[in-house]
Amino acid sequence: MLARAVTHTLVGLEARRVEVEADVQTGIPSFAIVGLADRACSEAKHRVRSGIGSAQLEWPLKRITVNLAPAGLRKEGSGFDLAIALAVLAATHQIPRDRLAEHGAVGELALDGRIRPVRGTFAVAEGARQAGLDRILCAAESAAEAELGGVEAVPVRHLAEAVAYLRGELRPPPAEPPQERSEPGGPDLADVRGQERARRALELAAAGGHNLLLAGPPGTGKTMLGRRLPSILPLLEPHEQLEVTRIHSVAGLLSPECPLVARPPFRAPHHSASMAAIVGGGHGPRPGEATLAHRGVLLLDELPEFQRPALEALRQPLEEGTIAIARATGFALFPARFQLLATMNLCPCAGRGDPSVECSCSAQRLAAFRDKLSRALLDRFDLVVTVPRPRAEELAAGPAEASLPVRGRVSEARERLRAAPPPRTAAADELLDRAVERLPLSARGRARVGRVARTAAALAKADSVEVEHLAEALAYRSLKELST
Amino acid sequence: MSDLALASFAAATDTHLVGMPRTARFAVYRATFDEGAEVERLRALGFRFLGRSSGAFPPLLGAIHDPPPGLYLRGDANPELLRRRAVAVVGARACSAYGRQVARRLGRELGAAGLVVVSGLARGVDAEAHRGALDVSAPTIAVLGCGIDRDYPAAHRALAAEIVAVGLLISEYAPGIEPAPWRFPARNRIVAGLCGAAIVVEARERSGALITADFALEEGREVFAVPGEITSALSAGSNALLRLGATPLTTTADVLESYGIVAEEKPDPVLGDIQRLVFGHVREAPRAADDLVRTTGLGAAAVAAILTELELIGLVTEEEGLYRVAG
Repeated sequence: MLARAVTHTLVGLEARRVEVEADVQTGIPSFAIVGLADRACSEAKHRVRSGIGSAQLEWPLKRITVNLAPAGLRKEGSGFDLAIALAVLAATHQIPRDRLAEHGAVGELALDGRIRPVRGTFAVAEGARQAGLDRILCAAESAAEAELGGVEAVPVRHLAEAVAYLRGELRPPPAEPPQERSEPGGPDLADVRGQERARRALELAAAGGHNLLLAGPPGTGKTMLGRRLPSILPLLEPHEQLEVTRIHSVAGLLSPECPLVARPPFRAPHHSASMAAIVGGGHGPRPGEATLAHRGVLLLDELPEFQRPALEALRQPLEEGTIAIARATGFALFPARFQLLATMNLCPCAGRGDPSVECSCSAQRLAAFRDKLSRALLDRFDLVVTVPRPRAEELAAGPAEASLPVRGRVSEARERLRAAPPPRTAAADELLDRAVERLPLSARGRARVGRVARTAAALAKADSVEVEHLAEALAYRSLKELST
Repeated sequence: MSDLALASFAAATDTHLVGMPRTARFAVYRATFDEGAEVERLRALGFRFLGRSSGAFPPLLGAIHDPPPGLYLRGDANPELLRRRAVAVVGARACSAYGRQVARRLGRELGAAGLVVVSGLARGVDAEAHRGALDVSAPTIAVLGCGIDRDYPAAHRALAAEIVAVGLLISEYAPGIEPAPWRFPARNRIVAGLCGAAIVVEARERSGALITADFALEEGREVFAVPGEITSALSAGSNALLRLGATPLTTTADVLESYGIVAEEKPDPVLGDIQRLVFGHVREAPRAADDLVRTTGLGAAAVAAILTELELIGLVTEEEGLYRVAG
């Protein structure tokens, strides 16, 4: 007797349809799973067998073969458990086969028959919708996530519940609508005393989506400022929210109550991160931090401490917004349009730029430090700010402007930029030409200054880019310390 | 016996020869030295050699205690350049932003006044002094501690090419000789020897720049030192020189005066009210942008714009987050 259940597996961020075929023949009792299943997937047989037993259902003492088709596609993970169990039950007439065919199924079985959520449910649900299925059986915890994928989720806590539902004996409560959580988490800008220039640069970066490099001696609040960037970023657009949610679903980062990612993601990997951790990789490539920061912020704290290959690998996504990962086991194209935010000291001993400390770096050490960052990478920062050490009087000053009003200005400037980017006046053009003559400014640098000036004009609610906006943009252009 | 053989022997053995050596080693060297081939090799490399006995040899250098047997020259400039009035500008490799700025400014103003800036092509102060002279298209001389075919340090290859275009790269070492720690102090005696005065911009307590100053003092040349902060280890050496009686350098005019040159006064630039306000603060002391925001009461954006305008006029420069008056 043959039965079929439908589920989906992830290849990169895409869901591919997988048919789970279960065939039950008379013969010596056995249970085999074929079709390029990986370790976690082949172990399903133990979980499925225990799960069916725990649900007080009959485990057929026959020769059972489960095929995961297409057989050429590698299957990874534990999300096939539910589909395998249901296919076996349908093949032994314990549930109606035609009912099963109308549903997708995704979830991991516990030995006691409970159904656990798995990563990537959102993408699987999307795949089910594209495959023409209206309903998907999934763990109760991931029901909200599955609904975001555009199908009706049937939340089931236990295998017995799934069986009762398919037999038409039970109607599980509909999945709760996902909660809205739009208030920004994380620390507030009001905590930052002084640092007017760096705050201004942060606002420009937020409004224009510019890459920002904060350099300076330790303890000047570079990281503190960087961590407050999310608090002044506006919400994602609806289509962006779904895009980011899919990525975070695949990475297993979604919260069960509020799976929709409405705020720009913020990722801050430690500097020991490998190249694969940053740009993605591994068996059947998985997204890296750059992709997880898609439509959001990637903070690289202590930039020169990162491995150089990991940093250089970021150049492609910074330019194109995507990462192409090719491995022997597969190819994946991950989106990675993130805003890069980085901090660094001015020298290895970190004494530079601090009037109270003497830099003790030798010329060779300094040169080695500079060599860690390629000009090509530094050239991709639109805004470079040297953060000076705040003086005691600044720290004693009252609280500064909070994030909320800043976020208002940022949103407004984004609207303006989207509606009509302000043109440059002739006087501003003339200033830029003069600057190119006098300052070391590459062609890319020139374009960058132009973009930042446009953002400055939008923040000032000006209709065109005036001299003062361009002059301001020029002030954040380069890190001279690294060029000599 | 030719200067070339002596210079070649001296370079190969790291000996300083004032007279003709009487060692057996030199006798052997002289017997095997093929002067014609060496001349041919230099010509093929595009280098020139200036022997001590040549009339063109700089008299100031010839007058020191142990002048080199000759100098290898790279660059298109007339060797007469070596006989022009020159000033040595030396200092720390790992210098501060202040040191870099002063060196650049000195290079510019000395070059503009018609003096030849001599230094060692090292990182930091040396390179900035050369760059300063090049800024005003003045010839400058770099004295190397290795063969002139080597651009040492490698990071200054482009700078060396610029110097060669208008000035000279010189060394007492034959092409092919590698840089070595003991060759740099020897090189410093040539830097000091070529010049009527030596300026130490920034030097730690045991800096190579102090060796140059010592050589200059021994030969009776003028020694200037740029005063530094007494709390800064980077200025410990140059401040110690001042204590020993070196002339404090407060403006380039101090040096020009000792050469009998009268410096031209620069007219004050025309500025708007707000620009003058900001510039006034920067003139008092180097300031961070945030300090200016606080003292002037202007917004961070406005201050950034004004500072850029002042930078483009050439009145201020920024380094490590501090704005200071440009040289």
